[in-house]
Amino acid sequence: MTSGPAAPYAGLRARAAVRAERGPGGRTRITRLRSDGPLALRESGGAVYVVGAGAGPLGGDDLELSVEVGPGARLSVRSAAATLVLPGREGAGASRLAVRAHVAAGGRLVVTPEPVIAAAGCDHHATAEVTLDEGAELVWREEIVLGRHGEPPGRYTGRLDVTAGATPLLRHELRIGEDATSGAVLGDARAAGTLLITGADAEPYAEEGLAVLPLAGPGVLVTAMAADAVRLRERLTAGRRRVTP
Amino acid sequence: MGLGPHDGREPREPRPRRALRLGIGGPVGSGKTALVAALCRLLREEAALAVVTNDIYTTEDADFLRRNAVLDEDRIAAVRTGCCPHTAIRDDISANLDAVETLEDRHGPLDLVIVESGGDNLTATFSRGLADRQIFVLDVSGGDKVPRKGGPGVTTADLLVVNKTDLAPLVGADLTVMARDAERVRAGLPVAFTSLRERPDAPEVVSWVRAVLAAHADA
Amino acid sequence: MDAVLLLLADSRLPAGGHAHSGGLETAAATGVVHDLATLTAFLRGRLATAGLVTAGLAAAACAHAREPAGNAPPGGAAPRARTPDGWERLDAEADARTPSPAQRRASRAQGRALLRVARGLWPGFVLDLPAGAAGGPHHPIVLGAAVAAAGGVPVRAAQIAAYGAVTVPASAAIRLLGLDPLGVYRVLAGLAARVDAVAAEAAASVRAGGLPAASAPALDVFAELHDRAGTRLFES
Repeated sequence: MTSGPAAPYAGLRARAAVRAERGPGGRTRITRLRSDGPLALRESGGAVYVVGAGAGPLGGDDLELSVEVGPGARLSVRSAAATLVLPGREGAGASRLAVRAHVAAGGRLVVTPEPVIAAAGCDHHATAEVTLDEGAELVWREEIVLGRHGEPPGRYTGRLDVTAGATPLLRHELRIGEDATSGAVLGDARAAGTLLITGADAEPYAEEGLAVLPLAGPGVLVTAMAADAVRLRERLTAGRRRVTP
Repeated sequence: MGLGPHDGREPREPRPRRALRLGIGGPVGSGKTALVAALCRLLREEAALAVVTNDIYTTEDADFLRRNAVLDEDRIAAVRTGCCPHTAIRDDISANLDAVETLEDRHGPLDLVIVESGGDNLTATFSRGLADRQIFVLDVSGGDKVPRKGGPGVTTADLLVVNKTDLAPLVGADLTVMARDAERVRAGLPVAFTSLRERPDAPEVVSWVRAVLAAHADA
Repeated sequence: MDAVLLLLADSRLPAGGHAHSGGLETAAATGVVHDLATLTAFLRGRLATAGLVTAGLAAAACAHAREPAGNAPPGGAAPRARTPDGWERLDAEADARTPSPAQRRASRAQGRALLRVARGLWPGFVLDLPAGAAGGPHHPIVLGAAVAAAGGVPVRAAQIAAYGAVTVPASAAIRLLGLDPLGVYRVLAGLAARVDAVAAEAAASVRAGGLPAASAPALDVFAELHDRAGTRLFES
């Protein structure tokens, strides 16, 4: 320990954005693609990839991604690899990632990144606010792994707010903290995830580690828990097969 | 609080006439469900009926009634009691009231809703907030001392049914003793001796229910 | 706390709570909860998730019910018009935080029962919910409105909701697992400070214009498994 107080670590601040619009002839064009710092965006094979430039997010980082899908446009957002959320330097504080997305009438947004790994000591807050206009569709997948192999996870909070028109469709937060190992929350699972498919329907279903939940509004939430990321993906995929568009 | 007319349900017409609510209680195995089945079979042509069952295990009683097709499936509702059948008919009757009103909304106007309790001990009774009239069902195999011991079910039920009289010689129960004790502890309230196995139409009980129904209709 | 609020918190309140287990019945059936230690962990997790969410909804409903409908409140502050669609909005917020259909049904069933009690206690107690709120109002919303009717403030509504989030499954555990009631109440006493903290967090969130949304994936799975189970003693 040093004797004096360490200078606060400011972390990185990044504001990235992507916009997709329906062009002449019905094809979607990416009309805006702004990378910033650790949020590097690449267009490839009809999708936009978030390519991690450097490690992180690290404690103290403050990242924002804005996603705009125009009327009738279709956009798929993925990531090139799993995201490893790490603690920052001492005193750096929490890391934040805020995603704001708007899907205009008749548009479709599919967000299926690779898992987020909450490494030991991290303190990460992810928020996503998605607004859907009339007839807009959303597929949103989130997968969280509790720590790297053999380590306890740090703190992680992921909140997803989806609003269809003026109606809240889903308000869903997963907190990885001291109570996550409760039998009411995740038990001994090491990975947890959800898959939201709006406009779809399904019969309610559950088995160990998986539930298929038709929402009060138009859409289905598949929620799953598993021992690792591979089995988690298998369960989410099995759940998705029970969803009818 | 708002002052609007809605409470989360469709605005409701004033109920023209609420159905008679008849509670049927008594220990496990005394023949409550068989009696409910008999009443449904014999009264369903002359009265609009529905049944709420309170089963401590699963929805077995409701399933029995459905299997035996004594009523249409959607006229039978099952209430789960959280291991406390007496609580659900006496201390916290909300789930039963909810079930009764749902049946009345769905099939009304009804003449009779039977609420069958989950099997319980001799202290169980129906709240007056749930049942207008109640029948308590004993069987002779419990021993001929049961009426003498009393308990609120035995002493205050509007009708006490002593079932399985055919078993009396086998279990050494003296029906005369039971009748005498019941009359003493019940201060003149009626008692019916039945053998639902030998007389599945339970004529005494059915005529008692008919009389109660007629009185309710006149009121 | 005022005695009239204690009535609303009392497990003997005839509002149907005794027949619900808050997921405990399935947790017990699958062996997840089998003793005081696993019950403690279950209750802590439930409090931090479902407890926080219902506390937030109850606090929001209480705050909404306390807003004067057009009249200037005593003290001369500017009147805040209660939005006519406020209850409908809260109903939708509760739905959006309850992805499990079985949990939505359980919440509305308990809401109907509590509404019946509230009408008995306060003649004229009405919630302006549209007919579209099929199945009746969500339980924490009725609770918040009832606390307001009893003169209570939002943090009290949050406290009663958070308290119920642990006492309902604790009571079910006593009945289902035969756990020593003294031991279970020792666990509840140990959680009391957390109940207060969750209520304070929920009320603070509502004051700041937010509404908690903490999810419990295992409770979602349990709720749907319970709905399909052949043998069940509790409604949820």
